[in-house]
Amino acid sequence: MENLIEFNNISKFFGSVIALKDVTMHVKKGQIMCLLGDNGAGKSTLIKTLSGVHKPNEGEIIVEGKKTVFDSPRDALDMGIATVYQDLALVSLMSVTRNFFMGREPMKGFGPFKTFDVKKANSIASERMGQIGIDIRDPSQAVGTMSGGERQCLAISRAIYFGAKVLILDEPTSALGVHQASVVLKYIVKAASLGLGVILITHNVHHAYPVGNSFTILNRGKSMGTFDKKDLSREKLLSMMAGGEELDKLEVELKEIDRASKN
Amino acid sequence: MSIKSKSIQDKSKDERLRKVSNLKVLLNRPELGALGGSILVFIFFGIVAGDTGMFSAYGTINFLEVSANLGIIAVAAALLMIGGEFDLSVGSMIGFAGICIAIPAIYWGWPLWSSILFAFSMAVLVGYANGILVVRTGLPSFIVTLAMLFILRGATLALTRLITGRTQVPGLRVLIENDPIAWIFSADAFKGVFTWLGSLGLISLRQDGTPLATGVPASVLWWIGMTIFATWLLMKTRYGNWIFASGGDKLGARNVGVPVGRVKISLFIGTAVAATIYACVQVLDAGSADTMRGFLKELEAIVAAVVGGCLLTGGYGSAIGAAFGALIFGTVSMGIYYTDVDTDWFKVFLGGMMLIAVIFNNFIRRRVTENK
Repeated sequence: MENLIEFNNISKFFGSVIALKDVTMHVKKGQIMCLLGDNGAGKSTLIKTLSGVHKPNEGEIIVEGKKTVFDSPRDALDMGIATVYQDLALVSLMSVTRNFFMGREPMKGFGPFKTFDVKKANSIASERMGQIGIDIRDPSQAVGTMSGGERQCLAISRAIYFGAKVLILDEPTSALGVHQASVVLKYIVKAASLGLGVILITHNVHHAYPVGNSFTILNRGKSMGTFDKKDLSREKLLSMMAGGEELDKLEVELKEIDRASKN
Repeated sequence: MSIKSKSIQDKSKDERLRKVSNLKVLLNRPELGALGGSILVFIFFGIVAGDTGMFSAYGTINFLEVSANLGIIAVAAALLMIGGEFDLSVGSMIGFAGICIAIPAIYWGWPLWSSILFAFSMAVLVGYANGILVVRTGLPSFIVTLAMLFILRGATLALTRLITGRTQVPGLRVLIENDPIAWIFSADAFKGVFTWLGSLGLISLRQDGTPLATGVPASVLWWIGMTIFATWLLMKTRYGNWIFASGGDKLGARNVGVPVGRVKISLFIGTAVAATIYACVQVLDAGSADTMRGFLKELEAIVAAVVGGCLLTGGYGSAIGAAFGALIFGTVSMGIYYTDVDTDWFKVFLGGMMLIAVIFNNFIRRRVTENK
């Protein structure tokens, strides 16, 4: 199967700081690629490079077989690479519909009398939200009344509606409870089943492992490799990602303290 | 893997959708406070001053005219406030626009219509300057337009004295007749209706038989027209959605492609142009321009917008609300003369009303964003 998007040997430097070094990864149609890493591993830099905010210093980006350079986030968006950031770009005082179409309102009428087609927008918004199993009670209700998971789904649904081929999701479950997170994860799987490529950025292995098809682990700006799910157990992933040695060391130290306090 | 999706086609079967009464929908509207306040004010004056002539044709026109003048700038100020910014230079802009009309017309011999157009182009410039400064520097609009408040007022005074040697420019009245556009700001509408009502003895007349109230002042029509236009803009156009988005979350709006800078600049131009409409109405009505015109009007406009349900933090509010805010202001400021209350108390009332409105708005906002 052809790769929707490929990153080959991407490096990014900020002055003398090496933020990313030789990172290679790719996403296929209908696949969920999880990008895991601890704080400071370079996840944010990688997302920003993926979405056109930063230009890589080395390496190439290949979108649907063609070598590409993103000059701006708009460029990436035009190629169908949509990023849903943690802040979601939602305005909580505005209605679901107005948020869904913010900046890309459907219009009706001619010339200077073109107006925002609220009726059409309402019906599309509730239909789209309905498809993912979120029945918004009223599309004119403010986004502030929705739960965190629902907001996340709204942002994702909006990106898909406006033609995303590759979805980059930045920590979509980090601020959510167990139930909400599972709603969002289910939706991400559904999005992939529609034929989108998904890059899921997270540091939560328990969220990533059930949904991911492949896993790329970042550590201190370098990729520790990309693994298919069948080659990787949850435990292995967990230990690789969190720096397993460090956890082992911690365990030993804790035992030491325990013993010392007993004596 | 597929996810079972709940059908929402049949909404009536959605157990989570409670039947919401129309009253409750109304309770969530930003203009509710101002609407309720207006009704209370009218009931109050109906009882206290019902038989004093306040609600005669002449009295009504009087308080409507005061409301209308403020309403013209309050509606523009409300749009800007929804867009997340303030304009404190509105009052000074009124004075500045006034002399931009009067000096070319009286001292340089320009036809009146061209000096009116000149005033509007200066307004666009001032609004653009405010907007570009706020957008480019990222400074709070409070500071930028406060500076503009002093700059404009000072320039108005200095230029007028430099050119005319005094602070007032009279003598415009003779120029209004036969001017092709001056009537837009000065003519009374529905004069025939008022004359007819007078001939039927339904409204009071002067000694010479003409009605005391000669017609609906142009400012009232401007006020109503601008309120309708601003409401249409907010609710029915793409630009309206951008205003809400720019004020609600600047970064989020920019991330999804809303031209936040352009929206804000155009709103600043809007308040300056509204101030110039106000100035046209006043200057042509009085026949003279005064450097101190519009003093403190920027604060009154903000009071009207806030009473009308605009949040100081932006992203929420309504133009209709601001129009009602102006109506409350105008009705009380004129109505107080018909009561036994000392007019000195008016400002106490104004401040108290604003406090109540802000507390009430806060409550409404919580309802809107948190009712699960």
